[in-house]
Amino acid sequence: MRDFAALYARLDQTTRTNAKVAALADYFRTAPDADKLWTVALFSGRRPRRTITATALRDWAAEKAGLPLWLFEESHGIVGDLSETISLILPPPTQDSDQPLSHWIARLRELSAMPEPERKAGILEAWDSLPGPERFLFTKLLTGSFRVGVSQTLMTKALAQATEQPEAEVAHRLMGNWTPETTTWEGLLHSGEARDDTARPYPFYLAYQLEDPADLGDAKDWFAERKWDGIRGQLILREGKHHLWSRGEDLITDRFPELARAIDWLPFGTVLDGEILAWDGERPMTFNALQPRIGRKTVPKSLLATAPVVLMAYDILEQDGHDIRLAPFAERRRRLEALLTDLPVEAPLRLSPPVRFDTVDDLRDERLRAREEGAEGLMLKRLASPYGNGRKKGDWWKWKVDPLIIDAVMIYAQSGSGRRANLFTDFTFAVKNGNELVPFTKAYSGLTDAEFRQITAWVNKHTVQKFGPVRQVEPAQVFEIGFEGIQASPRHKSGVALRFPRMLRWRKDKPVNEINTLDDLKELLAAHG
Amino acid sequence: MSVLTFTDRGIYCPAGDFYVDPWRPVPRALITHGHSDHARNGMGHYLSTDLAAPVMRHRLGDIDLEVVAYAETRQIGGARVSFHPAGHVPGSAQIRIEVGGEVWVVSGDYKVVDDGLSTPWEPVRCHAFISECTFGLPVFRWTPQDELREQINSWWAGNAADGRFSLLGAYSLGKAQRVMHLLDPATGPILTHGAAEAVTQVLRDQGLPLPPTIRVTPDLDLKAHAGAMVVATPSALHSTWARKFGPASTAVASGWMALRGIRRRRGTDRGFVMSDHADWPGLNQAIRETGAQRIFVTHGYTAAFRRWLEEQGYDAGIVSTDYAGEEVFSQDEAPKDIIDEDALDEAGE
Repeated sequence: MRDFAALYARLDQTTRTNAKVAALADYFRTAPDADKLWTVALFSGRRPRRTITATALRDWAAEKAGLPLWLFEESHGIVGDLSETISLILPPPTQDSDQPLSHWIARLRELSAMPEPERKAGILEAWDSLPGPERFLFTKLLTGSFRVGVSQTLMTKALAQATEQPEAEVAHRLMGNWTPETTTWEGLLHSGEARDDTARPYPFYLAYQLEDPADLGDAKDWFAERKWDGIRGQLILREGKHHLWSRGEDLITDRFPELARAIDWLPFGTVLDGEILAWDGERPMTFNALQPRIGRKTVPKSLLATAPVVLMAYDILEQDGHDIRLAPFAERRRRLEALLTDLPVEAPLRLSPPVRFDTVDDLRDERLRAREEGAEGLMLKRLASPYGNGRKKGDWWKWKVDPLIIDAVMIYAQSGSGRRANLFTDFTFAVKNGNELVPFTKAYSGLTDAEFRQITAWVNKHTVQKFGPVRQVEPAQVFEIGFEGIQASPRHKSGVALRFPRMLRWRKDKPVNEINTLDDLKELLAAHG
Repeated sequence: MSVLTFTDRGIYCPAGDFYVDPWRPVPRALITHGHSDHARNGMGHYLSTDLAAPVMRHRLGDIDLEVVAYAETRQIGGARVSFHPAGHVPGSAQIRIEVGGEVWVVSGDYKVVDDGLSTPWEPVRCHAFISECTFGLPVFRWTPQDELREQINSWWAGNAADGRFSLLGAYSLGKAQRVMHLLDPATGPILTHGAAEAVTQVLRDQGLPLPPTIRVTPDLDLKAHAGAMVVATPSALHSTWARKFGPASTAVASGWMALRGIRRRRGTDRGFVMSDHADWPGLNQAIRETGAQRIFVTHGYTAAFRRWLEEQGYDAGIVSTDYAGEEVFSQDEAPKDIIDEDALDEAGE
């Protein structure tokens, strides 16, 4: 655990990418295999399941530290993180342990299976054997909230260095539904072909937001299509089975049973990249229609009827069992069209139609039409580009429509957690309705740390009333709220629900009586809902 | 009548007609230590320890200042007054005030661990104790001094081996010298920011065992000092001044560095958990050892700490003061209204 804590400290102490990669690569060269495997698992979101409740952990820690619960909670409020609070308030350890990470994970699972008194004794014993940073990490594992500022790309880079393999190869090996129980370090990173697991997806290629259309250069080099507002998915047909992966690398095959019929029309040895959309037979339904299907592992018939899905395919990565990601986009597109063009309407597959244009100015106009097409912008793909790995600048661009905007006043504030503990970061906003203020959305992001500090100081001085962690503040600060969509919602007092609301700007120049009204919101709802 | 009362100018003793660490001009002020939120300009007459006097003169200029040694008593009107070591910074004191047999103690700022430079804190028995509680929550538990020495020196040695400067942010009175005292001079030279150097020189002249330091001036040859330690004010770390050291490693020494969120927000490579205030065990130990039944808490997590003390059987109250505690952010990066506008450059130790 000491090596792992040292790695964590090195990662935590720097914001420089190269330093993080170096720290990881050093670790992957020297740590025991079982620890390395667990580290890759943890850093790629494969956390052990949480088996002990946060309440139990809090109670045990407070009891061990001899503190009343209210004081624990007070401290938790200041620290912002449960595991950190626990590791800080417990008395220093009285025992010494030099066990590796894999030992503590195994121990954690043993304890999970035990009855409560043994479990508690075991956790207290572990806490008493681990010094501060290790205790913090162990508790993070217990609470199942292990996160660290290491992206998949960064870890892939470090693993590529440590194992002397190309990054793309490593990225592909890390995909899929492996866990440290189902594989070994050797098996994951060194054995045979990366694709020997038939369900294993390819890494998704991601686009950057286009800021300046001049970056496109010659319009003839590009292909354009709509940017669909659904769930990115990779459909794999191999060896008599189909598998569907989300971009978050979740296997979601069973959640979208409609796509099982793809095997009726497509040969095995095919992998498609596309967007899962709720489809009304003619055009995509709103993201809202798709929403109820996201969280469900099994889908009731009624939902299959009200929100049937299709895969709007826009790329092909494997054909006849061959990886064709390195072929130019134009060639892949040609193959995709040949595969999908004459499918009957009952096939759950659509070809993402091209957007015709001659000049970059045509693209500008098409982009403005996105909302009426049920899309959220344009996708631009360089005709000569291979299907890449992760996010890279230059070959794929997304060009989203400008957000919808409402000027609103802040009425409630709540503090954040983790890095933002001690700062007010979660705000509720209201619009005017006559003399009344009507709350209509919350927003958390969009301000800089400096602005959050400034607004925090302001909230402290202008709190009208406290409701637990929530402060009601004087309605004085105006913000420009941007959002991607608007839906009618009877559950909200304002009658609307927004998609991706965030603070675009703090309008210090704008007086409260000039904010937007509930009628303005309703107009937006009528136009875009 | 109460030994001390709490007014909008500061803590007042009616029997002696004087104030302790007042934040508005008054005729007679007793000063616990030289930090700018405790020792301010504009008082008619000042009384402090002899050890605190040089820094106060350096900062406040030509003031009417009378000094006493630790434990020496003075009769001021109806009050008997003496100063006792607070262990906060060199020369810092708790002030004991006795009126008609009743003893109150004002802690000023204090810590109970020995930092190697300040006269170590001593408990003073009293009936009522006015205690700071900047870090009055159980999550604050300081790294032992030996471990700090090891952490800071190995960080420095690592940077020096790479030929990089080590920029360490520490308040210029107290923390800066405490750090210098811990440094291993074999690793390399110690450079200082002007603000830290000035106070260091005052304390060195006073006889404190401080290593030699070199002030960074525009004509100093930095290449010849590659790998040096640079002790600067926390606010200087993100200034243009800091850029002249190239790709240096940065660190801050502060009690707030105990919290990961704050450490990360502060944006330095390292955060050393080092404070000149008492941590949770320290506060509880100090209060216990005064033997006081009445406790007044000022600046810090006052509400929670008071409730805790009440539950431990004390008669506890909160006194609101203008003292700053230890600031999370240095002045130039904090939004203006977070900080006390009267506080000067060093506010907040």
